[in-house]
Amino acid sequence: MTVDLTLVWALLIATAIFLYVVMDGFDLGVGILFPAIREKADRDVMVNTVAPVWDGNETWLILGGGGLFAVFPLAYATLLPALYIPLTLMLLALVFRGVAFEMRFRSATRYSQTAWDGAFSAGSFVAAFCQGICLGALVQGVRVEARAYAGGWWDWLTPFSLFTGLALVAGYGLLGACWLIWKTEGELQIRAYRLARAFGLATFLAIAIVSLAMPFLSPAFRARWLTWPAMAFVAPVPLLVCLLGWRLRGALDRREEVVPFLCGLGLFLLSYVGLAISLFPMIVPPAVTIWDAATHPSSQRFLLVGTIVLLPMVLGYTAYVYWLFRGKVTAGAPGYH
Amino acid sequence: MSSLTLPSAVDLARAQFALTVVWHFLFPAFTIGLASFLAVLEGRWLATGKAVYLDIYRYWLKVFAVAFAMGVVSGLVMSYQFGTNWSVFADRTAPILGPLLGYEVLTAFFLEAGFLGVMLFGLERVGPRLHFLATCLVGFGTLTSAFWILSANSWMQTPAGHVLGPDGRFAPADWWAIIFNPSFPYRFVHTVTGAYLTTAMIVGAVGAWHLLRDGGNPRARVMFSMAMWMAAIVAPAQLVIGDLHGANTYAHQPAKVAAMEGHFETQSRAPALVTGWPDAEAGETRNAIGIPGLASLYLTHDLNGTVRGLKDMPRETWPTNLALVFWSFRIMVGLGLLMIALGLAALWLRWQGRLYDTAWFHRFAVAMGPSGLIAVTAGWTVTETGRQPFTVYGLLRTADSVSPVEAPAVAASLAAFAVVYLAVFGAGIWYLLHLFDQTPHVHESGPPTGVPVRTAGITPAPALDAPRDGASRPALQPAE
Repeated sequence: MTVDLTLVWALLIATAIFLYVVMDGFDLGVGILFPAIREKADRDVMVNTVAPVWDGNETWLILGGGGLFAVFPLAYATLLPALYIPLTLMLLALVFRGVAFEMRFRSATRYSQTAWDGAFSAGSFVAAFCQGICLGALVQGVRVEARAYAGGWWDWLTPFSLFTGLALVAGYGLLGACWLIWKTEGELQIRAYRLARAFGLATFLAIAIVSLAMPFLSPAFRARWLTWPAMAFVAPVPLLVCLLGWRLRGALDRREEVVPFLCGLGLFLLSYVGLAISLFPMIVPPAVTIWDAATHPSSQRFLLVGTIVLLPMVLGYTAYVYWLFRGKVTAGAPGYH
Repeated sequence: MSSLTLPSAVDLARAQFALTVVWHFLFPAFTIGLASFLAVLEGRWLATGKAVYLDIYRYWLKVFAVAFAMGVVSGLVMSYQFGTNWSVFADRTAPILGPLLGYEVLTAFFLEAGFLGVMLFGLERVGPRLHFLATCLVGFGTLTSAFWILSANSWMQTPAGHVLGPDGRFAPADWWAIIFNPSFPYRFVHTVTGAYLTTAMIVGAVGAWHLLRDGGNPRARVMFSMAMWMAAIVAPAQLVIGDLHGANTYAHQPAKVAAMEGHFETQSRAPALVTGWPDAEAGETRNAIGIPGLASLYLTHDLNGTVRGLKDMPRETWPTNLALVFWSFRIMVGLGLLMIALGLAALWLRWQGRLYDTAWFHRFAVAMGPSGLIAVTAGWTVTETGRQPFTVYGLLRTADSVSPVEAPAVAASLAAFAVVYLAVFGAGIWYLLHLFDQTPHVHESGPPTGVPVRTAGITPAPALDAPRDGASRPALQPAE
């Protein structure tokens, strides 16, 4: 039996991108919620819940970009020019946010504290919004001719991509709120419950609207979702989304602490699976498949050998770090520093 | 291009890469050495039990956190820029460079980012020994990162182990030959040594700054002494390493070396030019003043050796900006010689017992603070602009590497990067300078295991936790 290396790699890269989305998702979400929580002490706690792990979370984004370059160079070389503006904005936003992370604790004056808080919050929002735009632009399709991007530099900008941008902001906000429910207590946690409810509703509506819009974007999507018998196989995805939405609502009502975050992760996973069902095996829709985009087989093998050993190690010590910093974060908790 | 007055997309993309990579490398050039320095400090603290090492560790850990964060976010930009601005280069070289960068992420970035959290916040949670392990892993991560990225860069300088396909795309033939390509061992050692010197210059300058204020501060004394040992040993070693690297470059990229030397004519007893202005149009270095035979000596290790000049090589393979290569090289070497002088003077003063109370020397060390960063930047300018007009030396031209992105898009993003980097990293660096200005204070004695390190209010400045303590932050009120 031969293993389709390219398929293995597609799964690995998809996993890396998903891990990025949920891990940086909640820590961008914490920034997105900043405007709703104004007291400095609360904001310090919020940032402290992610401070030990944000570097690692963002590293998955480097793995996503680096992995695409390493294994699917044609996708890397066509998507990045196609998404030139939103990607550049996203990177600049992450620069702002990453530095603000360190600086907001160190500001000597009230004024600079406010400025760095603003940079942190705006950076988180813009990064999430741009990532959502990239997703929408990808789904709409990218023109590729002769191994190069053949569209213009504003092609990404459509009402659909702007909507997916907002949708991702809502989703990250939900993850951030659920994370805060898990990691905080008292007044801040109560407000996180309220925020989770609002962002949860927004996320659920956004998923519904994007799902309904997708079949109108391309006949290929329509065939996957709305023809019999394919419909029977994909129907569990929207059904599970509804179930999870209902479960999330109940968990928020009952003031459960961990379940909301798991529900949030579940909603992201289902949306991701839905997306994969629509796109597979296209990596740059409508015309470039994972096999078209894949690099030389020797390069795939060479990197896979190490990845098989290294990725479990990375996951292992990432889990260890999360475990190490488990438990509630409170204002001025000494053990935390 | 649509208009003659506008720079081309290639020029703009080059400018953007230069801007972002120079900003980026300032941080790793410092943190590679700083991570190792921190590991040594914590190791000595564990071995000797002397609190002074832990105090210095804490002092520099705050600096490390800020510098490292700026390195991460500026590095993230680099990993996407190959695709946004250099998509043809990315498509053609990905089978070679992709796995090298993939290994960098998997072996280094995750290690650094994962254990940085433990290093910054975890001392009370894991205890000193595991914490020391975390520090060492972060330090090891920075070196591993340097290993892979310099292998990739060196392959672009001296490509090996590949097959070039008819469509212009590279395919791997021998991974060992790719990773350990001819210039890699030299570039790796030279760069890491440069990073260590960069750190030594900054640590030495900060130590000297505080010795000028209070010559009795034991923490300032220890950090200054350690930095001066580094300068005394590593700066002369770097001269030898640099010479070996230069000989390697001469063997593989003679046009680059000819540009560095300002040599147009092939000659024996070739002079090492101290000054001059290489003029590609005139085919000569104007106003040249040199030391006869010296270039032959260090390039061929024979005073009468023949050294090739630019006119010996096809005009279209000459570096595109000869004066930049020529002068960057002189800045790097000049600063390197000053570092050697600093190190030797430190040895002399130490022998005389005057290392900690010689004010002119401390001022010299303060002035040398940024010298490592400048030398490293100048050195990279030599090697990168010296590789022009190619991205993959001799095989892929820069003009053929660029994305099909329109010039206005590149210009707009270039402007955005310039403004944002200046504002954000400018503020970050200003803050680092502010940290350097804080006196390294004595801390609670003894290992802080199980004891909260929160002493904010009593001995605020060096308390690692103090700047992170939101509720009461006396630590960051200006010292005066």
